[in-house]
Amino acid sequence: MWAALAVTFFVLYQMRKKLGTLGQIFDSRVGLVGLFIVLFWIYAAIFADLIALFEPLEQSGLYRRKPPGTINANVGIPYIFGTDTLGRDLFSRMIYGSQIVLLIAPAATLVAYIVGITLGLPAGYIGGFYDTALSFLANLVLAFPVILLFYLLVAPGIRETILPNIMAGIFFIIPILFALMVVFSRFSQRLSVLVPSSIVILIIGAWLYSGLVFNADPLGLVAIDPNELNIFAAVVFTTSPGVFRIVRGLTLDIRTRDYVAAAVTRGENPLFIMIWEILPNARGPLIVDSCLRIGYVTILLGTLGFFGLGMEPESPDWGSMINQTRSYIRLVPTIVLPPTIALASFVLGLNLLADGLREQSLKD
Amino acid sequence: MLLFLFKRIIILFLTLICLSFTVFSLVTIEPNLKKLALNQANMRMEEDEVQSWLEKNGYKRPLLVQYGEWLGNAVTGDFGYSTHFRKPVNEVIWPKLGHTGILMFWVFLLTIPIALTIGILAGMREGTKTDRTLSIFAIFTTSVPPYVSGILYTIIFSSWLGIFKGVAKAGNITFENFALPVLTIVAYDIGYIARMTRASMVEVMGSQYIRTARLKGMPFMSVVLKHALRNALIAPFTVIMLQFPWLLTGVVIVEKLFNYKGFGFLLVSAADQNDIDVTLACGVVAVVLVLTTQLISDIGYIFLNPRIRFT
Repeated sequence: MWAALAVTFFVLYQMRKKLGTLGQIFDSRVGLVGLFIVLFWIYAAIFADLIALFEPLEQSGLYRRKPPGTINANVGIPYIFGTDTLGRDLFSRMIYGSQIVLLIAPAATLVAYIVGITLGLPAGYIGGFYDTALSFLANLVLAFPVILLFYLLVAPGIRETILPNIMAGIFFIIPILFALMVVFSRFSQRLSVLVPSSIVILIIGAWLYSGLVFNADPLGLVAIDPNELNIFAAVVFTTSPGVFRIVRGLTLDIRTRDYVAAAVTRGENPLFIMIWEILPNARGPLIVDSCLRIGYVTILLGTLGFFGLGMEPESPDWGSMINQTRSYIRLVPTIVLPPTIALASFVLGLNLLADGLREQSLKD
Repeated sequence: MLLFLFKRIIILFLTLICLSFTVFSLVTIEPNLKKLALNQANMRMEEDEVQSWLEKNGYKRPLLVQYGEWLGNAVTGDFGYSTHFRKPVNEVIWPKLGHTGILMFWVFLLTIPIALTIGILAGMREGTKTDRTLSIFAIFTTSVPPYVSGILYTIIFSSWLGIFKGVAKAGNITFENFALPVLTIVAYDIGYIARMTRASMVEVMGSQYIRTARLKGMPFMSVVLKHALRNALIAPFTVIMLQFPWLLTGVVIVEKLFNYKGFGFLLVSAADQNDIDVTLACGVVAVVLVLTTQLISDIGYIFLNPRIRFT
């Protein structure tokens, strides 16, 4: 894994001139540290099978709550960080937990971003009643105490109703619509490009959609546990209003620029202007904000796990680990450290990365 | 100005109604009601016994009727009866709010001076080592979420050094009890406020009038104290006001961690136990607080910055 990390850094270093903003990170020491940490966790997640010494769910009756460094006599491998109260290796659980966290947090942030952008661009550009209504809705969700919202949305009772599926249905339709809009607005004159790409989008979209929302994927590849779907939808729901606000503010600002006026004079329709003029120019602050937001979503997932609202208790995601191990701090103080430090370092890495990116984009 | 205020208050009420209705409908859906019935009466009831219990206690009436009844009571100040604590809600909710209030008072008392100082110092000398170290310190503290840092502090101070206590009791506020929860929240908060202050300070220090003042020959500290601070503190002011609602909900985590029986703890346990009236009341109070502080911060912003006028 360390080899992969070194190779990535070497390659990126060589390509930095061509990579634009991403390449400029190398000029900022802070961003570099952040990138290192984030990539560290990404590779830990990818190579989890190679690094982890034990199975994350494998329990051992004998070795419970052992301090770090105890050696499992059967297999001869040491428990690097010790074991938890059910005899599971903390190190392996931490590594496998990164897989879960790295899968859900960025994905949820991405979907929330698309939802926020789709709603925020028109609100800022077209304004009027649409703007007032959506802003009111966004403020509504933002004013709500987050914890209460999650208790209501992720409680075990809700899973029996169709509510999560409805929410997920709405949230997952929006990316498909967005992709379609992007293609349509650009290529509406060139049918030779428009038709195939639309069809591809629709096919992939329908496949993912049926798999994720209804668990009815014909190919059997894409499936998600209903509980996780619930959490996913709830996280997207709570993060979108914040994104909406930012996008709306940026749109209101960029709308006054000259190139937008030029596009209007050219006769472009509003859809085109929103997606191809305003959005690319808003990408600076948005990228920075997205890094920070992935961090917040990670913390949010951890908080859910902390309250017992997260995934099922077996799963090694960091929040649940923290919640389960914190009762044993008196006995073995180090028992709670691996997931804690993992979570903190990942969020820290994201924050540093965001800061580095922001610094570089300002120097442009 | 009055029209603006009036509009905001109308929005406040609209929001309250929408939110309470949503919460109400979510809390009274079928599985939750079943859980409530089982909790309250007898854990092993049959299905029809559950239904008849619900019927008897009025949970089977149409949603709007139930909601209307709650709304009517709430407007007159009667928030109903808590099924979990077996007391009227008013007796339960206001003391707990007071406990959280004490916690937040101390937090604010510590956070604001420290964060502002850090932000101003960092912004004053942008790009220097002071700025770098302070910024990195601020980033560190915002990256570590409260439940993580709370646990870390508990380990460091309670287990190893044995100074502070890991659990805080509500009625009994001593320095020992309180130090860790306050420390946790303060640590998380100063990072964010310090960064905002720093950004605002940097922007002000780069403006024309500051440059003129320095070229005029004014001492640096004078420039900062007399000119820069007043303009730089506008943005942090709004940020601090907006921290208020965050604290209210974020403090939930800390309260759960340290077992401090305040408002956040109440909210969580009410939602957990499916205690309808308490949950609704907590939600209402939280929303009112959030919107009120937003309103105060907006009005304050208008006063502090004469160039902003809402139409």
